[in-house]
Amino acid sequence: MSNYYQPEIETMPHEKIRELQNERLLKQVRHVWDNVPYYRKKMQEKGVTPDDIKSQDDLHKLPFLSKADLREAYPYGLMGKPLKDCVRIQSTSGTTGQRVVAFYTHHDLHIWETMCARAIVAAGGTNEDVVQVSYGYGLFTGGPGLNGGSHLLGSLTIPTSSGNTDRQIMFIKDLNATILCCTPSYAAFIGERMKEMGMKPDDIPLKAGIFGAEAWSEEMRRDIEATMGIKAYDIYGLTELCGPGVSFECSDQHGMHINEDYFIAEIIDPKTGEVLPEGSTGELVFTTLDKEAFPLIRYRTRDITSLTREPCPCGRTHVRMTKLKGRTDDMLIIRGVNVFPSQIETVLINQGYPANYQIIVDRVNNTDTLDVRVEMTPEMFTDNLGVVNQKQAKLVEALRSMLGLKAKVTLVAPKTIVRSEGKAVRVIDNRKI
Amino acid sequence: MSVKQISVFLENRPGCLHEMTKALADANIDLRGLSLAETSDFGIVRLIVDDVLGTADTLRAANFVASLTDVLAVEVPNVPGGLNKVLEILDSAGVNVEYMYAILGNKKSDTAYMIFRVNDNAKASYALAGSGVKIMEADELSAL
Repeated sequence: MSNYYQPEIETMPHEKIRELQNERLLKQVRHVWDNVPYYRKKMQEKGVTPDDIKSQDDLHKLPFLSKADLREAYPYGLMGKPLKDCVRIQSTSGTTGQRVVAFYTHHDLHIWETMCARAIVAAGGTNEDVVQVSYGYGLFTGGPGLNGGSHLLGSLTIPTSSGNTDRQIMFIKDLNATILCCTPSYAAFIGERMKEMGMKPDDIPLKAGIFGAEAWSEEMRRDIEATMGIKAYDIYGLTELCGPGVSFECSDQHGMHINEDYFIAEIIDPKTGEVLPEGSTGELVFTTLDKEAFPLIRYRTRDITSLTREPCPCGRTHVRMTKLKGRTDDMLIIRGVNVFPSQIETVLINQGYPANYQIIVDRVNNTDTLDVRVEMTPEMFTDNLGVVNQKQAKLVEALRSMLGLKAKVTLVAPKTIVRSEGKAVRVIDNRKI
Repeated sequence: MSVKQISVFLENRPGCLHEMTKALADANIDLRGLSLAETSDFGIVRLIVDDVLGTADTLRAANFVASLTDVLAVEVPNVPGGLNKVLEILDSAGVNVEYMYAILGNKKSDTAYMIFRVNDNAKASYALAGSGVKIMEADELSAL
């Protein structure tokens, strides 16, 4: 059984979606050409005009936009509308060191909130649900996006924002929150606190969680689901494109449906920029189709994933992207081996450790070192040195077989790794290269 | 026939042991016995105290991971060969000693007290008691 927020669009036959995309793409390219000199210049340099773009088959002719372009054009250089038509600014958390500022008209906010409403309905939400939004509010898109989607759907919205975990739990319990929206690391933290307070999954009314804004593993999902007694849904987005809701999971929990009426997604080879066939893993590239204030053509997300058009049991026809493997800038190259923090997380959870961990990379005598710091738990601890040692050695071995390189494991006391209420800082890279 | 030992996980970091003793001192906890085992990566402190539950709560509140283990508190004659005799009994009973350490006892100078962590408490107790070696209960330990 499936519910849709907008069934006619979410289950539209693929050919029809393509028609809609083609029609919107031509308009969007024309809008950018007419209003964004920065991108027009890029097109001119490539010798392309809007007339060359007849359908999405011509998309590959258009130049890419990257985060570097956003930085160069900061703050107003990529705007498609005058400031007087804009009603909102959002900005990135700057976790990767480069702040992005995006602008929205009323229309832009509306389509963003529509996408978030679709995500909430896909997670089983209706206007009878109580949606607790524990994403940060403010410049970060997490809070405002889900808040807007929940309003649009008509659900009672609790705008707790992040932080004050005991109060979060109190609100969930006392005000019967049924859907929780926050980052997966914060969800894990709330779950951990619930356990500490002696609460069982049945003690809280939550039935679903919508967790995004950072890459998280399947194992972490199962962990959160068991601790809270909920179904946990992934949601994806970027401030550059609007925020969360660009794609979202349905009850099938098998990839996130990209809102294809608002975006065209491509997968490219991050080295050559060449478009890869369906099913290939590569860098995700988006073209907005209906944005007024901040339209982006072929924006390189640096996120690594793949796309599939396999029919989804939920009935949605929009293309699905697999759970993120990581962001190209999350990827660590250690002794020449590509390492994603999510791989380390998978191993930790499989070995019974908490998902709270820290990865410290350094370079000693010209060799990269990888130190995984993980907290000791009462379940893992015994009085026997040998047993604890063996468990540690087992973890080192499991990491080696997953990553293909030897990591050091440091067991630390509980609560020494800082808990995150927003995006977790998992990696500390001390290498001076 | 056994007493509760508290084992505490310690990071290999300067000051960590002191943080633990400070937490215990602030809670006015009297240590009766202590042993420290360490690897290059971490350490385990084993404690014998009178107030086991209070100590466990204090440690948990100070964010230490601790676990409780049943160990044997044994009276050992404070004479040459005293310990040897105890180990002989355990050995011939086929009991494996994982670790052991001495603890304080002020009353009798002719007696030493030791904690034994063995693989089979029941078997060890039976063998020791059968050979006239005294195994102490928690309240007897507290009265030392």
